Amino acid sequence: MATMQSLDIRRRSASTETPPQVRKATVEVAKLIDVSKCIGCKACQSACLSWNDLVEPVGYFQGSYDNPMDLTPTSWTVMKFTEIEKGDDLEWLIRKDGCMHCDDPGCLKACPAPGAIVQYTNGIVDFVSENCIGCGYCVKGCPFNVPRISKTDRKAYKCTLCVDRVAVGQAPACAKACPTQAIYFGSKEDMIGHAEKRIVDLKSRGYQNAGLYNPPGVGGTHVMYVLHHADKPSLYAGLPDDPKISPLVGFWKGVMKPISLAAIAFAGVFGFLHYITKGPNEVSEADERKGDDLAGGKRT
Amino acid sequence: MSGDKNAVARYTTAARINHWITAASLILLALSGMALFHPSLFFLTHLFGGGQATRAIHPWIGVVLAISFLGLFLRFFALNFWTREDTIWMKNLGKVINNDDEGLPELGKYNAGQKLVFWGQSILILLLLGSGLVLWDVYFENYTTVDQKRLSAVVHALCAIGAILIWIVHVYAAIWVKGTLRAMTRGSVTRGWSWKHHRKWFRQEVGKP
Repeated sequence: MATMQSLDIRRRSASTETPPQVRKATVEVAKLIDVSKCIGCKACQSACLSWNDLVEPVGYFQGSYDNPMDLTPTSWTVMKFTEIEKGDDLEWLIRKDGCMHCDDPGCLKACPAPGAIVQYTNGIVDFVSENCIGCGYCVKGCPFNVPRISKTDRKAYKCTLCVDRVAVGQAPACAKACPTQAIYFGSKEDMIGHAEKRIVDLKSRGYQNAGLYNPPGVGGTHVMYVLHHADKPSLYAGLPDDPKISPLVGFWKGVMKPISLAAIAFAGVFGFLHYITKGPNEVSEADERKGDDLAGGKRT
Repeated sequence: MSGDKNAVARYTTAARINHWITAASLILLALSGMALFHPSLFFLTHLFGGGQATRAIHPWIGVVLAISFLGLFLRFFALNFWTREDTIWMKNLGKVINNDDEGLPELGKYNAGQKLVFWGQSILILLLLGSGLVLWDVYFENYTTVDQKRLSAVVHALCAIGAILIWIVHVYAAIWVKGTLRAMTRGSVTRGWSWKHHRKWFRQEVGKP
C-alpha cells in the first residue's frame, strides 16, 4: 500500500528522524474477530481479494477446508480450520488468520529499508511497497509468521487493515462483508469493551476460559480475537500463546548496531593514533646492506 | 616483476590478481552489507543502484568472494601453520607495536599477526557463506526454518563486523610497515625488507638457510 497523507505516522522503519508529533494523537483503532461467531464462510477472504484487487491462483484440495492452505502474497487473510475431538464431542475452531497489527511491530523493527514499513498513529502497520527492497527481514521479525514475499516482484505483502478505507472513515472490507458480524471494527477502547460483553456471554454458556487475545508480549495488537479457549490460543491453528519479537532479532536490531559501528570507528581511530604516535615501521639503509650481504652482494 | 634486479619475488602475478579480486569483492560486500545493516548507512545502496539492486547483488558478490578466497586459502594455508616462533612473536607484540624489532625471532613468509588475519578471515568467510546462503531467500527460502534464518541473520552480521575489523588491521599493517604494499602491487619486496621482517623466508629464497 502507500503512505496515507491523511494519517499521521508514529513509527517509520530504518529511520532515526523524529516523526511529526505536534498534532493531537488520533484514536487507536482495532479489529475484533469473534471466533465464536465465525461460521467459516470465507466472505472475508473474498472481500479482501476484491477490495485490494488481488487474484489468488486456483489451488488444489489438500484434505482441509483451508484454501489456500496458508497466507500468500495475494491472500492477506485466510480462514484456518481446526478440528478438536474430546471423546464423542467435536469442536470446530475457525480462525481468520492475518496480520495482527502489533503495537510493537517486529516487522518494522527488523526492516532495513527506510519507510518501507510504517505504523500510523491509529495503530495500523502498513507496508509501503515502493520502498520495499525484498530482503525478507520482516518475515524474521514477525512473531506471527505473516509477511509473504512475492515471487513475482520480490516485495513483502500482508493485510493493510484496509488503511485506505479506514483513512476515509470506512471499516475494513472483511468486517463489512462478514454475514454474522464476527468481525467488528472501531476504536481499540470500544473493541475491548465489546469483547468484555461477549466474554461474559460466552462464560454464561459454559466457556469458562473465554477471553480476549491482545498479547502483551508485542505491546497488544490492533487485531484482537475473542476466543472460547483463551487459556490455550495455540489450539486455534497454532496462534502463538505468548508472542514476542525473537530475542535474536532484538539483539540484531538493537544493541548490535551502535556497538558494531563504534567498534569499526574505534579500529580506524586506533590505527590513526598509532601512526601519528609510533610512526611507520621503515626499512633502514643498514637493513638493505645486510639484505644484500645475505644475498651475496648487490646485482647491478 | 619490476626491473629492480635486487628485488625479492614474493607473489606471483596470479596470486596478486587473486588477492585483488578478493579485496574488491570484500570492499563491495562491506559497503552493500553495511547499507542494509544500519539505517544511517542505507545511502550506500545508491552505489549499487538502489535498495532492491543492493539486496539482489550482495549475495552474488559473496559468491565471487567465496570462490576467490578459496583460491587464496589453497595458495597460502600451508605457509600459515602456527610455529614456535609465532608464539614468541605474539609474546613480544608490545615491542612489535612500538616499532622495536630487537630480539624478535627470525620469521618465515608470514608472522603471527598475518597468520591470525589469514585464519580469522578463513573462518569468518566460511561462516558468512553458510549464514548468507540461509538468508538468500530468492533461491534458498524453503530450505530453513524462520528460527534458523533469525540465527543466521545475527551470525552473518557478527561475522561481517569481525571480518571488517580484521580487514582494517590488514590494511593498516600494510600502511604502517613500509615496503609491504609493493608485494601486492608489484609482486616483489626489497632485500632490506625481507631481511628485517621475514629473514627465515629470505634465507630460503636466496638458498642460504
